[in-house]
Amino acid sequence: MNFHLLSLMTWLPLAGAVLMYLTGDSANAATARNARWIALWTSLLVLVLAVVMIVGFNPSVHGFQFVESAEWIPAYGIGYRMGVDGISLFFVGLSALLTPVAVLASWRESRRVRDYMAAFLLLETMTIGMFSALDFLLFYIFFEGVLIPMYLIIGVWGGERRVHAAVKFFLFTLAGSLPMLLALVWMWHHAGTTDMVRLMHTAIAPTIQDWLFIAFLLSFGVKAAVWPLHTWLPDAYGEAPLPGTIMLAAVLSKMGAYGFLRFSLPMLPQATAYFEPFMFALGIIGIIYISFAALAQTDIKRMVAYSSVAHMGLIVVGIFTVTVAGIEGALFQMVSHGLVIAALFLCVGILLARGHSLRLDQLGGLASRMPVYATFLMLFVMANVGLPGTSGFVGEILVMIGAIQANFWVALLVGTGMILSVMYMLVMIRRVLFDQARSVANAVIADIGPREWLLLAPLAVLVLVLGFAPGSLTHIFGGAVQDLVHAHLADLSSGAHGRLAMIKQ
Amino acid sequence: MSTFYTVLPILFLAVAGIVMLMAGVFARRDHSFAITAVTGVVLAIAARLLVAAPTGTVLHGLYQTNDFTRFADVLVALGAIGALALSVTFNRNIGITRFEFPVLILFAVTGMVVLVSANDLITLYIGFEIQSLALYVLAAFARHNLRSSEAGLKYFVLGALSSGLLLYGISLVYGFAGTTGFEGIARALASHPAAAMGSTVGLVFVLVGLAFKISAAPFHMWTPDVYEGAPTSVTAFFATAPKIAVFALLLRVMLGPFGPAVAQWRDLVELLAAASMVIGAIGAIRQTSIKRLMGYSSIGHMGYALMGLAAGNAAGVSGALIYLAIYVVMSLGTFGCIIAMSRGRQPVDRISDLAGMATDDPRFAFALAMMMWSMAGIPPLAGFFGKFYVFAAAINAGLAPLAVLGIVTSVVAAFYYLRVIKVMYFDAGEPGLDSRNSGVSLVIGLASAGVLLFAFHPSTLTTLSTMAAHAVMTSQGF
Repeated sequence: MNFHLLSLMTWLPLAGAVLMYLTGDSANAATARNARWIALWTSLLVLVLAVVMIVGFNPSVHGFQFVESAEWIPAYGIGYRMGVDGISLFFVGLSALLTPVAVLASWRESRRVRDYMAAFLLLETMTIGMFSALDFLLFYIFFEGVLIPMYLIIGVWGGERRVHAAVKFFLFTLAGSLPMLLALVWMWHHAGTTDMVRLMHTAIAPTIQDWLFIAFLLSFGVKAAVWPLHTWLPDAYGEAPLPGTIMLAAVLSKMGAYGFLRFSLPMLPQATAYFEPFMFALGIIGIIYISFAALAQTDIKRMVAYSSVAHMGLIVVGIFTVTVAGIEGALFQMVSHGLVIAALFLCVGILLARGHSLRLDQLGGLASRMPVYATFLMLFVMANVGLPGTSGFVGEILVMIGAIQANFWVALLVGTGMILSVMYMLVMIRRVLFDQARSVANAVIADIGPREWLLLAPLAVLVLVLGFAPGSLTHIFGGAVQDLVHAHLADLSSGAHGRLAMIKQ
Repeated sequence: MSTFYTVLPILFLAVAGIVMLMAGVFARRDHSFAITAVTGVVLAIAARLLVAAPTGTVLHGLYQTNDFTRFADVLVALGAIGALALSVTFNRNIGITRFEFPVLILFAVTGMVVLVSANDLITLYIGFEIQSLALYVLAAFARHNLRSSEAGLKYFVLGALSSGLLLYGISLVYGFAGTTGFEGIARALASHPAAAMGSTVGLVFVLVGLAFKISAAPFHMWTPDVYEGAPTSVTAFFATAPKIAVFALLLRVMLGPFGPAVAQWRDLVELLAAASMVIGAIGAIRQTSIKRLMGYSSIGHMGYALMGLAAGNAAGVSGALIYLAIYVVMSLGTFGCIIAMSRGRQPVDRISDLAGMATDDPRFAFALAMMMWSMAGIPPLAGFFGKFYVFAAAINAGLAPLAVLGIVTSVVAAFYYLRVIKVMYFDAGEPGLDSRNSGVSLVIGLASAGVLLFAFHPSTLTTLSTMAAHAVMTSQGF
């Protein structure tokens, strides 16, 4: 590949952000308009490139594609290496898809528009760069670099308690990811390189693996909001401006899950086996505890936020079954969750834009007054609880299959969590769409407009397409997942070092 | 002839300093601006001469130049030139425009160059005193200002104490090793166990004396007060050039003559590093003055750089040098922003004075935010790479607990750096600061560019620092 597709996708948004500051200087209306259009066109261009990439991806080839490599710090064995395989491909695509959605969703933002749009483009650079990095140091830089734009997005454009939320988000994530820096340094010291492909084939002593696993768990666990490292999340999700919440929930949380797949499983096989029951426990507690917490929420935005955390628990369980079905399910669920949670937050944003309160006890009766909106909301809620025919179902059923293969009790508890998710989601639907008694007096409220159609319709179509034709996704990452699982099992058979106790059926 | 070229830079600096002093004294009118400008040029030429000076040990083993001294000298010159560029408007605003200011900086730099190149404990002490005397005067330069006089006095008393400790340590080392030359000390330590034992006591005193000057905890007490009390233009200089020079000397002394005693001093350096990181992080939390904040921040930064020394190998030296180089650039950028903080030509230094800067002066806010993030070590900014290299060196040398402590203090430090950004970006306010002059803007701009773009090309600095570290490890025959 000579045309550096991944680098282009990574750096194009940054170029767009720089361009904004070169055109026009003062904070007038023209500058704001320019900034909006530059952000939209840049992110759409990246989306087109992402489609080119997905079309040009050959699922039958093992290993990484679109690989780029250049010297960076040769004395330390650190290089600029990029590439995607079946696993990272869709996350790059997801970032590229959701950035224009976030830009469009914030079209009405009027405070410091240029800085705002630049922050989102910077965020896109960081996320795409992270998902396509093949060098550990490069990965770490993008992983941490996300903090800068996100801190500003929450802190400058957020809600009432934005400062508290922004600082909490920053410090939690920083504290979580610094242990990974130590792990990174240790692995570099051990292997003499930070090339991730070579690190995957470097054997590490099992006792060291445990420490590295904990370091990775801290950094990826905080990002993916695995219970009990999730406490920054309700504040950040609640206070961030809606497009910021979309990026947090749909893309940033996937960075953590992606990290588990890219580092913990292939590089630390023995530790993964050892901690498997522990990770199941964290995932299941996450699903069940967070579901009850969601039931107790009085605010629709927070309810959707908690539902997002519960689904991350499901994804963690899927990943650590280390079965083909479980990991495929987790991957599918990650893509689906990215689309669905973004759409749900968009639906919340539509209420907000109409000056509605987000408190559940002040909403109601929207089904008759906003029928199109109600239909969309219903569809996405159903996708979120995993109704067959939507993308959510495929992910959940695959994770269940993986969980049953791993352990019956795990599967049972995960299933319980799914029932709980139906409960709180249906409570939300009843209160928002039906419950005429609560409805507010002013009955005139506009249904969704063309811009909102443009945002929701593609997501709805994708959710349904993936629900009816899941093979379009699984055949692309199937090969990569099988390679991952086989390599993991091969590593384990060469020498396992026990695991934490777990109840067998 | 090669001796001449080796010592040419110090001769040039000293003669230029004396000539300008004469010019200042005998001139009828006030030529302080011209003298400042000429000093900048002199420093630039001196830096060029220092780079060109041939490698070798001259003057009967008293003085040495190699890749390491070149690296450190260039950093010292960079810090001094930057501080000079920042000083002009500030000094005029608070009425301390005097030609002695640049001349004193020039003498201090002369001392630092001697210090960095010292190959004998006597040269070391002479260099140390040349720079210190100039610095004492600079700290009290705003002599009508009570705070500045207090800072000068405090710095002088504690500095004299540290000089005394250093000299006492030198005498002990001389007594047990029988020589003051670096090669001789190394040989004595390596071959005579008795000499090694006695010299260790001297070594501790030398270490303490130098730790005072780089403000490593627990010898840091003067730092916040001097940083806050001294005029900001002087603080900007204090934060850069002297720290680099003394730190470079510390690296050379510890790994050169005292290299064979690494097992004896490693624990001490680890202790200094750990204490500095902790005190730098905890002490800064409750500060309201950004100058005091930077004082504590510099204590913390010295702790991270000391981690490289504690590693005690070439990778550690290289890491510490990279850390120092990045630290100089970040400090100049930050102090550029602090110097630009004045209202009605009166300097202000409360962090709360920055509220609303993001809308009032977006470029200033952006630059200072980048500096703060870089100091906190957030990638992709330059400060992250500094941390990465010292952590890498520490872990390679088996100092994992120290690295873990460094991580914990990084998070605490991030909290107070974030507070500055928070005040600028999230808090509403009308800062109404005076407009910046072009010299200050230039320094801020260059520093920001360096911090932002470092990630795109880190390998040059890595190569240079590796060469420098190699020079320091091999110069004594190890």
